[in-house]
Amino acid sequence: MPIDRDTVAHVAELARIDLRPDELDDLSVELSSIVDHIARLRELDTDAVPPTAHAVPMENVLREDIVAPSWPPEAVLANASHRVGDLFEVQAILD
Amino acid sequence: MIDSAYLTVGEAAALLRGGEISSVELTQQSLRRIEQLDSELHAFLTCTPDVALMQASEADRRIARGEAGPLTGIPMALKDILSTRGVRTTCASKILESYVPQYDAGVVERLRQAGCVLLGKTNMDEFAMGSSNENSAFGPVRNPWNLDRVPGGSSGGSAAAVAAGEAMFALGTDTGGSIRQPAALTGTVGLKPTHGRVSRYGLIAFGSSLDQAGPITRSVRDAALVLQTIAGHDPRDSTSINAPVPDYGAGLSGEVRGLKLGVPKEYFGGGMQAEVEATIRAAIHVYEELGAEIEEVSLPHTDYALSTYYIISPAEAMANLARYDGVRYGLSVPGEDMWEMFGRTRDVGFGNEVKRRILLGTYALSAGFYDAYYLKAQKVRTLVRRDFEAAFSRVDALLAPTTPSVAFPIGEKTDDPLEMYLSDVYTVPINIAGICAISIPAGFVQGLPVGLQIIGRPLGEETILRAAHAFEAATEHATRHPDVTAWAAVAS
Repeated sequence: MPIDRDTVAHVAELARIDLRPDELDDLSVELSSIVDHIARLRELDTDAVPPTAHAVPMENVLREDIVAPSWPPEAVLANASHRVGDLFEVQAILD
Repeated sequence: MIDSAYLTVGEAAALLRGGEISSVELTQQSLRRIEQLDSELHAFLTCTPDVALMQASEADRRIARGEAGPLTGIPMALKDILSTRGVRTTCASKILESYVPQYDAGVVERLRQAGCVLLGKTNMDEFAMGSSNENSAFGPVRNPWNLDRVPGGSSGGSAAAVAAGEAMFALGTDTGGSIRQPAALTGTVGLKPTHGRVSRYGLIAFGSSLDQAGPITRSVRDAALVLQTIAGHDPRDSTSINAPVPDYGAGLSGEVRGLKLGVPKEYFGGGMQAEVEATIRAAIHVYEELGAEIEEVSLPHTDYALSTYYIISPAEAMANLARYDGVRYGLSVPGEDMWEMFGRTRDVGFGNEVKRRILLGTYALSAGFYDAYYLKAQKVRTLVRRDFEAAFSRVDALLAPTTPSVAFPIGEKTDDPLEMYLSDVYTVPINIAGICAISIPAGFVQGLPVGLQIIGRPLGEETILRAAHAFEAATEHATRHPDVTAWAAVAS
């Protein structure tokens, strides 16, 4: 199934990537050929097959509910692009 | 002085313990070789000579106290996707170009405790997405056997550094073949452990149900030594397996009599280079001569594994890479509002292949397509896993090619992403099934290395290491090294 330019633009918006017009064209062609290849899975009857979410079977992994020290603010903020005191700074989300 | 370039870890450790060389000397030799070779090779993104020499001095003191382990004082390199406290970790991406982790990955902690010496962080395909290292935002790695060829990917820097004698071993990571494929194309040993055998804590995530770190070395025994150090349970990785770690070196006897080895018929023919097939057939014959029982087996869903992979891995990648938003770490490109800042940051920060995979994953998980793609792929994953279970009910391990061809020319596949994906056709099924596999040098075609892949059961690392070691001991392929004097000013 071909993935047209509008579909690429929609998916890019969902993924929060601002693509340039030339990128939209290229990706439409490339993704179409990849999805064509992937579509071969339809040849297989999997109605009675359970999905494998994880290759090695595993129960839920829980830890003891014990308070432990967390990182100091300086370490947490060390890679921030913008900070105000001990906070990450972002632009206003609401007007 | 002893020339350390092509010593194995085991040989170097013996010299260190015997006082015939110091870790500082070994480290200086490695650093000098990196200086001589790496302007051509580009295996390293960050070199850490100060850290290395400090760790080497500490290792020498530890050796003098008689407290050395098998890796103490050994100079090594880490793929730049493994978090290193205080040392820039970029994933070869512009989005993490100046990111400095505040903690060590679980495997890095273990190597530090063992007394290893960190030479630096190795080049890779951006976020481990690629099979040629051409997707690095900082320029490709070249193959030391032929500089016009790719070293494979995504752990191409790690493999090239080990093959060219810059590092004594390196860690890579393998999501669909990213340790084994570059090991095959550079004539090194590359081991992908069972998913969960080695901690993923601090391994910057690409496909969480597929990613696994492992060693790239110049001998099978070295791979066993490194695995011994990095394997084991880590409560900080909830998919880490809590099972005892066996003595991986103990079974390396050179003996394979009584071992049943399967040859999956679906891994031959098709798009495989004829000389590569002949090399692998010859390797299988070596096992016969050594007394192993060879049996043809079938993995009927092999052809579908790649399609499954190219749904599951982008789906996981799109979720894992959602965190790069320009706020807490990494690149931040200003915009009119926060949404524009996100969009611009991610457009400028991610390279083409990463964008392709994020979009593919987003598409496969988007409304109306989930059942047709993602759920379908998870079901086919079950079929791929069952194929291996059926094979392993009859044989102890499988013998197969690692790649369909030898190292291809730089630039040959960059215009066709699908063509590039097909170079992972023999390695991807192992990640889909979550099992383990090792690639070892099997011979040469046109002067370029060919890799033999030995595939094992879940937690079957002992068996594949034993089989790999027997082949290595019976042949001379592992003793051949690239002639770096052909392209670098270095005494051979």
